[in-house]
Amino acid sequence: MTFLSYLKDGISLGSVYAIIALGYTMVYGIAKMLNFAHGDVIMVGAFVILTAITKAGLGPVPSVLLGIVFCTILGITIEAVAYRPLRKASSNLAVLITAIGVSYLLQNLALLIFGADAKSFVTVIDVPSVTLFNGQMTIKGITIVTIAACIIIMTVLTLFVNKTKPGQAMKAVSEDRDAAQLMGINVNATISLTFAIGSGLAAIAGLLLCSAYPSLTPYTGSMPGIKAFVAAVFGGIGSIPGAMVGGILLGVIEIFGKAYISSQIADAIVFAVLILVLLIKPTGLFGKNIQEKV
Amino acid sequence: MTVMKKMSRTSKNNFINYGIVIALYVIVQILSATGNLSNLLSGLLVPLCIYIIAAVSLNLVVGFSGELSLGHAGFMCVGAFSSAIFSQVVGDSIPSLPRLLLAILIGAAVAAVFGLLIGIPVLRLRGDYLAIVTLAFGEIIKNLINILYVGVDSKGLHVATSAASLQLEADGTQILKGALGISGTSVLYKDIKSWYFLIGVILVLITLFIVQNLVNSRSGRAITSTRDNRIASESIGINVTKYKLMAFTVSAALAGVAGVLYAHNLASLKVSTFDYNMSILILVYVVLGGIGSVRGSIIATIILYVLPEMLRGFSNYRMLIYSIVLIAMMLFNWAPASRAFRSRVRERIASIWPGRKKEA
Amino acid sequence: MAVLEVTNLGISFGGLRAVDNFHVSIEKGQLYGLIGPNGAGKTTVFNLLTGVYKPDSGSVVLDGTDITGKRTIEINHAGVARTFQNIRLFKAMTVLDNVKTGLHNHHSYSTFTGIFRLPKYYRVEKEMDEQAMELLKVFDLDGEADYLAGNLPYGKQRKLEIARALATDPKLLLLDEPAAGMNPNETQELMDTIRFVREHFDMTILLIEHDMRLVGGICEELTVLNFGEILCQGKTSTVLNDPQVIKAYLGE
Repeated sequence: MTFLSYLKDGISLGSVYAIIALGYTMVYGIAKMLNFAHGDVIMVGAFVILTAITKAGLGPVPSVLLGIVFCTILGITIEAVAYRPLRKASSNLAVLITAIGVSYLLQNLALLIFGADAKSFVTVIDVPSVTLFNGQMTIKGITIVTIAACIIIMTVLTLFVNKTKPGQAMKAVSEDRDAAQLMGINVNATISLTFAIGSGLAAIAGLLLCSAYPSLTPYTGSMPGIKAFVAAVFGGIGSIPGAMVGGILLGVIEIFGKAYISSQIADAIVFAVLILVLLIKPTGLFGKNIQEKV
Repeated sequence: MTVMKKMSRTSKNNFINYGIVIALYVIVQILSATGNLSNLLSGLLVPLCIYIIAAVSLNLVVGFSGELSLGHAGFMCVGAFSSAIFSQVVGDSIPSLPRLLLAILIGAAVAAVFGLLIGIPVLRLRGDYLAIVTLAFGEIIKNLINILYVGVDSKGLHVATSAASLQLEADGTQILKGALGISGTSVLYKDIKSWYFLIGVILVLITLFIVQNLVNSRSGRAITSTRDNRIASESIGINVTKYKLMAFTVSAALAGVAGVLYAHNLASLKVSTFDYNMSILILVYVVLGGIGSVRGSIIATIILYVLPEMLRGFSNYRMLIYSIVLIAMMLFNWAPASRAFRSRVRERIASIWPGRKKEA
Repeated sequence: MAVLEVTNLGISFGGLRAVDNFHVSIEKGQLYGLIGPNGAGKTTVFNLLTGVYKPDSGSVVLDGTDITGKRTIEINHAGVARTFQNIRLFKAMTVLDNVKTGLHNHHSYSTFTGIFRLPKYYRVEKEMDEQAMELLKVFDLDGEADYLAGNLPYGKQRKLEIARALATDPKLLLLDEPAAGMNPNETQELMDTIRFVREHFDMTILLIEHDMRLVGGICEELTVLNFGEILCQGKTSTVLNDPQVIKAYLGE
């Protein structure tokens, strides 16, 4: 029974990773850049929601919506101001370092506004727990909501990319940006849209993360961001189902590592599994194998 | 004729870099002799040497072999801890200076072994995948040292994963205490502590010597060629893996040296310092200084390391200013629009000042 | 004896047979042409000969040594050098260093010697400089030795790529569409250069080409590929007048 209980915790944590990883993977697939600041957008989202509830006295639903809108606008702005000018730069390291700069910027802005002390996150999601197996296992409401949110987001995104016109445009841009441009696709708008979706998802991830682990600091997003990035690579960066599977696997491995091996080296185990997967399959579980044409 | 000109140009460039470092040393000595060196600044000197060594060595991988590594701090970490354990175990049985020399060699050697062992699997990957795996290795190293306990007693060296299982004799001492790290290493070197900056500068010069001479040699050309075009390198018979691995290992060894200096400069050494943020910090120096430019790495490190410290007066705003400056500099240096604008300005200046030579 | 002896060479990608039953025999000093319409599998043949792809059938023998399925660097060590359809220079390195990198395996000193600048470093580097400059002179590139390779005009980049390949001292030189993107004057000049390379270095050359004039002008023998298979093989004049070849090129 403890095994099932750990599995449940793993899937729940993994679902949060998966939602963050979706943002990473979409941005990578379309803009071909590692958005290091993605983790910090999560933190911003959580702070906006927290402030809206505690300071502005808004209800949970308007607060969450406000968080999503704020992060969406933030994502679009970051892309337009900091990343777009570097899109055609001769080295893709340039945009990586800029993303690191944006990450520092968001962390330090949050530090200035909210201070370094951990804020305890309020209960936003109030769903009753479910008891199973005659009371031997309890599933918290937040766990159910997290897993459900992950499944819904994944389904909606897949439908969006495959069935809608903007989704198809995203696919085209990720395949071949120049060709997509020639076909009349507005590449700038498509990339903006991708950042908008990714950042909106980050706000949701921030809500779920802080509801499960209710302590919020300016650095809250940093490590989950890195882990989600690992999850995205794990599943094959650029692939939506890959991010999903990678995220959940990562969460499960982390929780099992903590429970059965050592809580201190759980991260090492996560990273070791990543290395193993990449050595066996160098482009991740669902990644496409692209060979350079000679 | 042209060949001779070119030879002298590269060696001139190399000597300018040595000159910059020596000039830095001389300026600091003058400031210090005239009493103009603040305590704050003098405390930054050794760390500055550490970060220059780290940045120049990382540039060998990122700039010359063209692979993005996000795990450089991991190699510094390995060098730092292996050498600190050595210094603690040996203690006063060897005089300070030769002991430090041995510690440097040990730190470099251990880091080189890690570089080689990690490089073999990692260099099979490409691009961003390689980057994330180097980051992963850095975090694994950090995590593992975090649970490592090392002690020494009359029976020899003990290594375990908890303080209790060290099973030291009554005369034993714990050296490495897991997350608490190692303390008191710098105390062992009290007598030569005032020489640290000079030692640091010499180590920077040695790093420059190794990296610059390597790059401008047969092996260095092979390394650079694998960056510019891997497939073409193979087609002319160059063993791409061997040369990428060489760059990776040499870079790791030099990072190890930076780690040794780090470990011996501080009273307490904690593994949490060597996280991916430190790797990223060093990468920022390299990229901002110019990928593949040794001089750029030196200058960028000096400016970017000293700048936030100088901004201490602004307390909370300093990292904010730092991040904005970082973004602005990246956009200014790399954005194609900014580059085009700058070259237009240069042309304008050149047309006003016909005497001014245009850049080659 | 033939410098290159290829028999029954083939490879499939997925279900597609990209090259099938390719065979050719090239004598020492010969200038041999491989022609065919787009997508006929010409570059794939080069990739098979140089180890970029592993053939799933057939054999490649270079000067009596079997090099079938060997790795690219081993094949270069055995004596095959090539150029690429889409020029692959070391763009951020100087023109001179491009050629010196080609000399890598023929003038050797250890990495240790290089770092510590032992006397052997200066001696070998001087040899390399001299030999590289000699090669550059042949291609009229000695004036640009200090330029970055990426800054050279297109035609000169093509020449530099040939110079770099020759620096590896090959027995067989493979040129992949050397005239692609050149104007008639440049093409004419290139033809002269290729002829000169053959005489001067006593080189055996296999070249892929689209430009029929260039092929007819300098190649003694030709193989025509179509849909991965040999359509026709023999003396240039015979092949170019073959009705099947004309049909493949000009359509019905």
